[in-house]
Amino acid sequence: MDKKRFGILAAASLIQNAYFKGFFTGKIYQGAAKNICVPGLNCYSCPGAVGSCPIGSLQSFLSGLKFRFPYYVVGLLLFFGAVLGRAVCGLLCPFGLLQELLYLIPGVPKKNRFPGDKALRYLKYVVLVLLVVVLPLCFALTPFFCKYLCPSGTVAGLLLALRDKLVRAQLGGIFLWKVSLLAIILGACLFLWRPFCKYLCPLGAIYGLFNKFALYRMDLDKESCIHCGKCARACRMCVDPSQSPNSPECVRCGDCVKACPAKALKLGFRRKKTEPK
Amino acid sequence: MKKNLPALLTLAAAVLLIVVGIFQGQPTQVLAKAVRICMECVGIG
Repeated sequence: MDKKRFGILAAASLIQNAYFKGFFTGKIYQGAAKNICVPGLNCYSCPGAVGSCPIGSLQSFLSGLKFRFPYYVVGLLLFFGAVLGRAVCGLLCPFGLLQELLYLIPGVPKKNRFPGDKALRYLKYVVLVLLVVVLPLCFALTPFFCKYLCPSGTVAGLLLALRDKLVRAQLGGIFLWKVSLLAIILGACLFLWRPFCKYLCPLGAIYGLFNKFALYRMDLDKESCIHCGKCARACRMCVDPSQSPNSPECVRCGDCVKACPAKALKLGFRRKKTEPK
Repeated sequence: MKKNLPALLTLAAAVLLIVVGIFQGQPTQVLAKAVRICMECVGIG
């Protein structure tokens, strides 16, 4: 992993979970910073969380007894998306960091390209539409994604259960389901790079839609490109940056930029006048 | 530098939505949900 990006990702994860006291007491932060949603997937019931989860907040509006359009949360998602696109995943998401750390464990063969990978990528859009929007709208007070899928919430549950007897006493079948799912996702991280981001994350599905025009973007200098294919081989999200530098799958890790011998790829906020895509 | 119109329009829409949300008191609703342990999120149900 690139040291600079790792530093940013680690710092962002720490800042978003800076209520360290919570990890020891099993109590969550209750201050005013929770008025604001953080950009990445970070459960607001995590003992360290100092901000709110955008997906959890979105579902709380959509599954409310009285429907109110979530202007504020949608506005924040649009803001993060327009500025960073899926760079949020690559630079700011704590669950992304956890997955990447597990991928670094040696001794397990890494396999990011396999038949069916492309089809599985569409799953995250199904999760977004069905579990985050449609089902919470149909069944009041049930945030389906948080309740049945979100691995960040499961990590929060495990951390709370370690310290809080009351939480521990209430764990049941749903927790068992969520822990099993978390174990599968974390197990998959040993040989797949960011499987949750690739196949299941609704936040990644949202931010990916902004990659084409977000302020933070990738530029390809077609005249400098020597079509060696090194960028595509370096990409663990299986994107070919020489064909689609702003693919919705790109989490802006920058591995392709480093792999390019012709320096044809640039990642950042600056935008060139002649842009191919 | 070329102007990135779609991003700027999206940012303008984002700011507008955030302001409307703030006037409707939505950050308080976000806070109210976030300061209590979310039973569904942590797997209690």
